[in-house]
Amino acid sequence: MTLPLPWPFDREYMQLALLAGLVVGTCAPLIGTFLVQKRLSLLGDGIGHIAFAGVAVGIATGVWPVWTAMAAAVTGALAIEWLRGRGRTAGDLALALFFYSGIAGGIVVMSSAGSLDASAMGYLFGQILVVSPGDAWTIVAIGAAVTVTLLVTWRALLSIVIDEEAARVGGLPVDRLNLLLAALVAVTVVAGMRVVGVLLVAALMVLPVGTAQRLAPSFRLTLVAASATGAGSVVLGLAAARLWDLAAGGTIVLVAAAAFALSSLVGRRPGPALGAGTR
Amino acid sequence: MTIDTARVLDVDDVHFAYREEPVLRGVTLHVDAGEFVALAGPNGSGKSTLLRVVLGLAPPDRGRVHLLGTPPGALQRRWRVGYVPQRSVLPEHLPATVTEVVSSGRIARSGWARRQRAADAQAVEHALESVGVAGLGQRRMHELSGGQQQRVLIAKALVNEPSLLVLDEPVAGVDAESQRLFRDALVHLQREHGAAVFLVSHEFGAVADDLDRLLVLQAGKVAFDGTPAEFAATGVSLGVHRDDMPVWLEGLDERARER
Repeated sequence: MTLPLPWPFDREYMQLALLAGLVVGTCAPLIGTFLVQKRLSLLGDGIGHIAFAGVAVGIATGVWPVWTAMAAAVTGALAIEWLRGRGRTAGDLALALFFYSGIAGGIVVMSSAGSLDASAMGYLFGQILVVSPGDAWTIVAIGAAVTVTLLVTWRALLSIVIDEEAARVGGLPVDRLNLLLAALVAVTVVAGMRVVGVLLVAALMVLPVGTAQRLAPSFRLTLVAASATGAGSVVLGLAAARLWDLAAGGTIVLVAAAAFALSSLVGRRPGPALGAGTR
Repeated sequence: MTIDTARVLDVDDVHFAYREEPVLRGVTLHVDAGEFVALAGPNGSGKSTLLRVVLGLAPPDRGRVHLLGTPPGALQRRWRVGYVPQRSVLPEHLPATVTEVVSSGRIARSGWARRQRAADAQAVEHALESVGVAGLGQRRMHELSGGQQQRVLIAKALVNEPSLLVLDEPVAGVDAESQRLFRDALVHLQREHGAAVFLVSHEFGAVADDLDRLLVLQAGKVAFDGTPAEFAATGVSLGVHRDDMPVWLEGLDERARER
């Protein structure tokens, strides 16, 4: 069914792309707002690499890759969080082990199955313009679940961001909430896989947050502004991609990066701490 | 076994080792309801470790801890313990406002999955007033000075009107005005709400005159437990070379002599 939308969203494939893109563009920065504060900006990137291994297994075994990517991403995310929670990550080394094993494993499995072709590229860099109605509604369902979960837990997650130990003393289930956040990152990565690809989905998690936190006057409005920036990047990116026949996933991320650069120039908040020398 | 309910903190012969290195070697101490107790000691004496054990963040190898009458792990209504950790670990560009930070402390009492109610907003406002930052509610944390940020974190710990407030080096490097407001907030909490305060610090500055009792931890043991005046009478030896004593200890000593 094609809705009567103006150019460039006048075709069904563009409308499905818009629907999937808006969901990911809205949800990914919501999760990313917490990751950026926890200095885990690259977690989404790493989980994307792991999800790729799941995609490869799905393609090789004939299972819908979304399921296998979801299983790999959630398992990987929980394992990383478990390691991180025990302070056993040895810097970034253990994480790097997960990340690169994921993508290397994916490539090896896909090439063994003879499927290291255009479909692999589609998962790596996104194929938003060929999103099917089934894909789009799966993404909508994931987005709804992520949004509802965050509406319930955002205050508790903010409390952990501010001070994890004080949150623990106050009786918050800190470990379980951290695992929940990691799982939300994983499902959002899988939702974003079709839109911008596993290699670029993390950009949609963190770049709009960088833009929003320069401009928004509170944490709550940072969440709103980051979502709006993510959604705006998707709309502009899709339009530019259609106008100039560009790769849609990459264009969306470039728009988000441009917004970040622009906010650095025009949106500088009042400088460093007032009277910072008293610290 | 009888439990003294007037005793908000009871630590009995607690031992703790970190990687087989003994840190606490049989610590025994208590804090009574409404008491203002300070714990001092040289660097590496085990103060921060003791706090982690007391708060249930690390289980002791041996000995017993009772927090508000129960072991820390079994404590219900955990909001009755307020905690201000050592040196804030706030993310550098945290976009949260002062009100959002203090409200985040309130969820320990109001429930983390619930919306905040009018009573919660009032408690936040009251906590901000009590540390002298009432006018800064809508400012973002990273726009404040270090002293102001620290007071906001103390407001966050006060917002539930705890029965016991535990503070780890809360005024290290904070300006004199912030120290004075900090002292007023602690005294208000203690006198108006009957809360006990357990303060770990190198520098007591503004609160030295308000202490009911002073504990000195040395090499993992309580080396002194008494009033500041009794401490002054011991002659500040405690087995530490005078040059190694923290500055506050000499100051406390001199103030006690003057009285």
